[in-house]
Amino acid sequence: MDRRGVLKVAGAVTAAATALVALPRVAFAAYSEKAFKQKAGADALQNAYGANATTPSDQVKLKAPDIAENGAVVPLEVQTDMEAESIAILITENPSPLAITAEIPAGTKGLVKTRCRMGKTTNVTAVVKSGGKLYTASKEVKVTIGGCGG
Amino acid sequence: MSSIRIKAKERKGMVDVKSLMKHPMETGLRKDKSGKKIPEHWIQDVTAEANGKVVFAAAFNTSISKDPYLAFAYAGAKGDTLKISWKDSNGATDSAETKVK
Repeated sequence: MDRRGVLKVAGAVTAAATALVALPRVAFAAYSEKAFKQKAGADALQNAYGANATTPSDQVKLKAPDIAENGAVVPLEVQTDMEAESIAILITENPSPLAITAEIPAGTKGLVKTRCRMGKTTNVTAVVKSGGKLYTASKEVKVTIGGCGG
Repeated sequence: MSSIRIKAKERKGMVDVKSLMKHPMETGLRKDKSGKKIPEHWIQDVTAEANGKVVFAAAFNTSISKDPYLAFAYAGAKGDTLKISWKDSNGATDSAETKVK
């Protein structure tokens, strides 16, 4: 094998190794245009999780204010004691309802806290994926001043 | 300085992580003074790694507030190296590291 051949093989091996190292990252759901740009919550779930059949569950705990005076920053918290694989938040009345999806690897608590924008009074649904099924909890948040800008 | 601030504290084997990222999170719906739409520009992916292992990964939509706040908890220990990184819709990235207290 000449020098060029050796270099080629070395390059291929390096590329393969890089691909292998990069794989575990890909396994975690990254931002998906298809899921996040949907106008309906059910379509967003279908694209994010490949299913949109949900079951309300009291094991999904959603903390949200009753009234949000400022729709630009509404604190939300989703917590569950189930073995969660993923947690999502849907804000029904927003132009695109899916606000966040979070991957929960083994050893990580079924917990997500963040702050969201809400355009107007809306239902907020917390979705927990556990054992391949989707469980939900919903709550209505009254919004005094919308926060989506428009 | 990094755009990310992290606080991570261990309690009974769980590390509570709170993070704040500085980012405009433009929705694409807002208009400037002349009535022109400000193009969307937001953080799409956030990944947290403890000692190189992914412990939390989130994807954001534009409905996450400006200067996003994100909190979660994972099974870890004092002294873990916790790294949080984000990537936005323009392809820009940033990351920050901290030691778990």
